[in-house]
Amino acid sequence: MRIVPFLLATAITTGLVITLNTRLPLAGSEAPAFGKFLSPQHGFWQNAESANYDFTTDLKFPQLKGKVSVYLDERLVPHIFADQENDAYFVQGYLHARFRLWQMELQTYAAAGRVSEIIGEKGLTHDREFRRLGMVYAAEIALKETEKDPVLLAECDAYTAGINAFIDGLTESSLPVEYKLIGHKPEHWSNIKTSLFLKYMSYDLASHDDDFELTNAKSYFSADDFTKLFPAVQDSLDPIIPKGTVFEKQKVFPVAPIAVDSIYFNSKALVVSENEKADRENGSNNWAVSGKKTKSGSPILCNDPHLALNLPSLWYELQISAPGFNAYGVSFPGAPGVIIGYNDSCAFGFTNGGRDVRDYYEIKFNNDKRAQYWFNGAWQNTRFRVDTIKIKGKPDFIDSVAYVLLGNDWCPVMYDKSFGGGRATGDKNYAVRWKANDPSNELKIFNMLNHAKNYADYSAAVTNLHTPGQNCVFACKTGDIAIRTQGEWPAKWKGQGDFIMPGTDTSYLWQGMIPQDEVPFQYNPERGFVSSANQKPVDETYPYYIGRDYPPYRGQLINRRLNTMNNISPQDMMQLQTDNYDLFAETAMPLFLKNMKESELDANQKKYYDLLRNWNLRDDVGSKGATIFEVLWSNFADTVYGDEYAKAPKVIMRPFESTLVEALLKDSAYSFLDNINTPQKETLADEVTAAFKKSSAHLQQLEKDGKLDWEKFKATRIAHLAKLAPFSRMNLAAPGGTHTINATRSDHGPSWRMVISLTAQTEAYGVYPGGQSGNPGSKYCDNFVDQWVAGKYYSLWMMTKSESSDQRVKWKMNFDH
Amino acid sequence: MKFFISIILTALICFASALYLPWWSIAPMSFLVAVLIPQRPGKAFLSGFLALFLLWGGLSFWISYQNEHLLAHKMSMLILKMDNPYLLILVTALIGGLVAALAALSGSYLRKTK
Repeated sequence: MRIVPFLLATAITTGLVITLNTRLPLAGSEAPAFGKFLSPQHGFWQNAESANYDFTTDLKFPQLKGKVSVYLDERLVPHIFADQENDAYFVQGYLHARFRLWQMELQTYAAAGRVSEIIGEKGLTHDREFRRLGMVYAAEIALKETEKDPVLLAECDAYTAGINAFIDGLTESSLPVEYKLIGHKPEHWSNIKTSLFLKYMSYDLASHDDDFELTNAKSYFSADDFTKLFPAVQDSLDPIIPKGTVFEKQKVFPVAPIAVDSIYFNSKALVVSENEKADRENGSNNWAVSGKKTKSGSPILCNDPHLALNLPSLWYELQISAPGFNAYGVSFPGAPGVIIGYNDSCAFGFTNGGRDVRDYYEIKFNNDKRAQYWFNGAWQNTRFRVDTIKIKGKPDFIDSVAYVLLGNDWCPVMYDKSFGGGRATGDKNYAVRWKANDPSNELKIFNMLNHAKNYADYSAAVTNLHTPGQNCVFACKTGDIAIRTQGEWPAKWKGQGDFIMPGTDTSYLWQGMIPQDEVPFQYNPERGFVSSANQKPVDETYPYYIGRDYPPYRGQLINRRLNTMNNISPQDMMQLQTDNYDLFAETAMPLFLKNMKESELDANQKKYYDLLRNWNLRDDVGSKGATIFEVLWSNFADTVYGDEYAKAPKVIMRPFESTLVEALLKDSAYSFLDNINTPQKETLADEVTAAFKKSSAHLQQLEKDGKLDWEKFKATRIAHLAKLAPFSRMNLAAPGGTHTINATRSDHGPSWRMVISLTAQTEAYGVYPGGQSGNPGSKYCDNFVDQWVAGKYYSLWMMTKSESSDQRVKWKMNFDH
Repeated sequence: MKFFISIILTALICFASALYLPWWSIAPMSFLVAVLIPQRPGKAFLSGFLALFLLWGGLSFWISYQNEHLLAHKMSMLILKMDNPYLLILVTALIGGLVAALAALSGSYLRKTK
């Protein structure tokens, strides 16, 4: 033995192995442990799924009561046939985890305010924000409701057990690749995670508010200007429930407090706000046409929810068949059941209600310890919820959040001295009253809809939906169609909750909920269709105040099209869902064309102007006019409002596009047109021409970069949830825009397109921008994307058990006890 | 002859052990083979290197080939900042080879009398 070389070589070997087994800092983040990560038998190579991978398998789980057969078709859609209903949910949980575990874990960590556990200190603001909004509190309340319902509890228990059955079978090498990249291990699922996931959807769909931004705007502008910038009425509105509908007699009468003008509406107190919020444009389209308008004589139901586009997709497609029901559609990895889809009798879909159900109250504490707060003329005792936030690589962060009793509701004081979240000034305290923190049982809706046979079943199902409120569309083989602007909505007096409200007594609290029989709905209307696209659900005759923040154009166009369509086929409906006609542009273009001072344009500007003038108002692939319009509009709005907003607080509400267009169509001498910094008075023509000249410079640059074509300018992308570019699909040639029915924006759009024709043998079509597998190493991870970009659909197959030898069945998974 | 037997034995034992043990079992296994089949340090180093270079390179190539290099394309962009699956396979093979080579070298020094 040569002792010195031996020791030296052994030391070097050991050192190398330790280095390769350690996650080391690299360029600001952490690199995987390369030995482990590159080992072909342990690391990421194990996630490189063979193109001919055989998914067929036999599995045994003692938790099952009977047999479950899963037939996977050529698109990797599972058709689950279970002898017992709860076994089907077990298998659904297993399959969700098998194909989407990483995403389920990430989303529930995000919902629970636990991101810091994975990514370290940079997740702390998010975590505190979510916990202080009451996400975990709300999930706990929702879970208690679920636990009161034995049917749903059994469903959730089975689903959770299925997820855990998969997790327990994982080995180091079979972990999803994202875990290997970030050095994290999956934890067991529990029912609270399902609740958290659903609250995450509530956050996404029903947490949007502009209360701070509007309060700042109200403080900054004169009352007259404020009304002009933020009108409560839209001229272009074609509501979901058509104008002229007679509503139920009002039973709740919300009353504005005394002195509301001086204390609330005319108060000039400023707040600061700069935090991130859920997307305002989280919208969607849905409609159903009755048999008298269709070629087949049977109703057709269509739905395309517009959400943030990600890989893996929010949706997982499947069929669940068990004694008593048979449903097909898309599910949420994270929750049991089919969320949007159809069964043997009917079809159902949703668009977001989008009303403001998140309001703030300014709270007065006795001192910085926050032990007592002033309410109804006395000091009341605060409750505290102490959150321990674990941070990777750092000591825990303890956040104690005050809860105050406002009326009957304990509300978290979200913003205070210890947490401004970029929103509060720090010397003030704001409690948040959020509808999602109330008890409700959202899972019940989906369970009941999956089983629904007729209109009565549908009505009974959707009235359980409290938050997030949705426009629930329905069609049935019996010929019925319906839509319900469902939710449990606070009954507000006009203007209530638009701004931060005083929280020192009961006078500004919500005074009750709109009774369920006053929730507007339509059932088999004379016009032969129902539709919604997030526009304001009702006109001004509806007795309750429902806010001002609704996009009008998609809804108006859908109704215009459906009104004139007859003898409709499913293919016509697909064409409508992917229609790129821009109604906002149709409304705004005359303003530009009538007022452009063409003589002032140089040759280059003239070239762009000709392209604009000849534009067919469609956001199609290759359209240059669409890009020019978009750039021009944004410069025009800046030119009109920029001078007035120049000295405004940093975060302040901007008027909606529809507000400016409608104001100018009514009044070409709109007072904001004048630039307050110049001695002369600018006209509409001056502003239009100035904006166009400014736009031309930008357009020239775009043209040089080869980005003048609409799809290149917009550059639609589907980002991986961990924001890893190579796992994302970038620069897709997708048409459509914010205001078109095909509302595909750069990172947001139709997350599932579905057309269901309820003929005797259901004819169904659908597509979502993703793939069934969440594994970036699987060819099924994004194989639907190109089909979706092209506006094409897949035929959806409601399989029967007798078709098990059909050539579409590629693999079979047997589950037994 | 010893040289080839060492390579094959190291590759086989490392493959088998990695089915049950963590990735770094390739180090003690290569060490063990070098102890059992004594060679000059240079040769031991080379046989350890070649064994794991071939094993890891071969396995990752085979997996990636069956995967139509789908994941390797993405992963090479992520790790190497360039789209080159073969380079990623080469890096994998080199790292496996280096660990085994050093372990085998250590093993050979244990047996070597002079």
